[in-house]
Amino acid sequence: MALLEIRNLNVHYGAIHALQGINVTVEQGKIVTLLGANGAGKSTTLRAISGLLRQVKGDILYQGRSLFGRPPHDIVRDGIAQVPEGRGIFPDLSVLENLNLGAYIRSDKKGIEEDRERALTLFPRIRERLQQKAGTLSGGEQQMLATARALLARPKLLLLDEPSLGLAPQIVLTIFRIIREINETGTTILLVEQNAHMALQAAHYAYVLECGRITMHDDAKALAESDAVKKAYLGG
Amino acid sequence: MVALLRGFYPYAIAILIAFVMYKVMPVGAEKIDLGILQINSFFTKVTGAIGIAIIMAVSLNIVNGYTGQFSLGHAGFMAIGAYTSAWITHYGSIHFFGNANAMEGLFTKGSALFVASLLAAGLVSALFGYLVGLPSLRLRGDYLAIVTLGFGEILRALLNQTQPVLDEFDIEEATRGEIFTGLGGALGFSGVPKYSNLFWVWSVAIITVIICYRLKQSIHGKAFLSIRENEIAAEAMGVPTTHYKVAAFAIAAFFAGVGGALFAHTLGNIVSPNEMNYQRSIDFVIMVVLGGMGSISGSVIAAVALTILPESLREFSEYRMIVYAILLIVFMIVRPDGIFGIREFWEVKWIRRLFRRTPKETHAP
Repeated sequence: MALLEIRNLNVHYGAIHALQGINVTVEQGKIVTLLGANGAGKSTTLRAISGLLRQVKGDILYQGRSLFGRPPHDIVRDGIAQVPEGRGIFPDLSVLENLNLGAYIRSDKKGIEEDRERALTLFPRIRERLQQKAGTLSGGEQQMLATARALLARPKLLLLDEPSLGLAPQIVLTIFRIIREINETGTTILLVEQNAHMALQAAHYAYVLECGRITMHDDAKALAESDAVKKAYLGG
Repeated sequence: MVALLRGFYPYAIAILIAFVMYKVMPVGAEKIDLGILQINSFFTKVTGAIGIAIIMAVSLNIVNGYTGQFSLGHAGFMAIGAYTSAWITHYGSIHFFGNANAMEGLFTKGSALFVASLLAAGLVSALFGYLVGLPSLRLRGDYLAIVTLGFGEILRALLNQTQPVLDEFDIEEATRGEIFTGLGGALGFSGVPKYSNLFWVWSVAIITVIICYRLKQSIHGKAFLSIRENEIAAEAMGVPTTHYKVAAFAIAAFFAGVGGALFAHTLGNIVSPNEMNYQRSIDFVIMVVLGGMGSISGSVIAAVALTILPESLREFSEYRMIVYAILLIVFMIVRPDGIFGIREFWEVKWIRRLFRRTPKETHAP
């Protein structure tokens, strides 16, 4: 059984039919990526999964159970953590306070501390800045903080919304390396990206989303080789 | 919630400080001569007003500061507390002691009734806080401010329509309805027994500060702050934002209700609908903004300063409100985040620097 199964998902924003019946399957332990241009419906898909978006049709099954009609804080408790688009850190709180809020749903102090230690080992840059206001971090550090914070919820499924957005190429490399490391520890990842090159290198399986429809899906390696993807997303 | 009340010593010390203040500060014609300063009962009155201002500002900080909602109805909760407790102690004193003013003074039977009325005032006010908080789930910013403003004004209009207060002779032939609505109308609730004094005001004020500070330090406090910082991210972390927003209103209203009850039972204060109008709500908002949204010590300092300031500017007579306004404007230009931002004063860098003993380390380039 797949960890997450999206069946015939439809989302309307007023008159705009943003998602037109998409099907996505995320297997346990994999990195699955959702590629597409601006406005293709990538973030909408993530928001539908995490429960931030309510007016949706179709079905989303997580571990065989439907997520529909459940509030976001309930879905987090089931093991789905989201790193929102644009990082969504708490700028006036310290880095440490941001991390602790990631573990809001948990009360096992020891486990939280272990996970914080693990997250800080993945992101050593963050460790140096624990007492600093999160708003004073650089863009890359904020993305690292947002990802580390999501890990503190100890998710089974991690939803990443454009982790490369607005970051220098060097930082993007680091972030993607860490995404693979997180996956190797057993966390399943659903990654939404515009940077098709990086995403296809990191992922096991990929879907291409265009104007609210899935137009292609295949193993990431195979898709990276396909002419259509090369032409549209990888620059020839 | 239990964790907020943990530990005996902080509360014992709070009560002790309040008791010392009550004993030291002069009442009636007493005076303390400090050479340059003559401390008389006017100082006692201002000290009491400061205590109540601290309760109001610190509690409003939970809604406007921590949670980032905008409430302009804090005086309304104060009014609910004032009227609830005044009704209980006035009619209760007549019922139990035969006369509304028979049991004044510290630690009498009247004090027991007074403490019960404080709790009742807090709880009734919290219930209204819960109801006013519900619109905050759908509204934000200016729109929420208008709803809370409307709440205060509706309450004022309703209180203006109430019946005259009944004394121990009227009450014999009054119906239940008349007793229930006997809140004094536009003239105000006259003859409220003067059970309050510096001991009660400052005990509650310091305990309120301790509880609000502990709340801020707890994970619940961080959850409030996360809503203000980024509501969507807070939800994505699993914070039940709707629950917290309503809770913020209810908790703030509880303390405001108790503050109103203390106000009502203080000698020289008038409990009337026009005493607790939107102007008073705005005064509390100014204290929170000036002190720093989310800073407890900032709210305390602003409450002290903004209570003393109008009193000490009395020699400017009619110009004093202008001076007051100019000071506020200058202050907000110089420090737009309030005195301390969201931090406490001992956490702020420029203050830490003042107290640093060792010279600053020099870093090699």
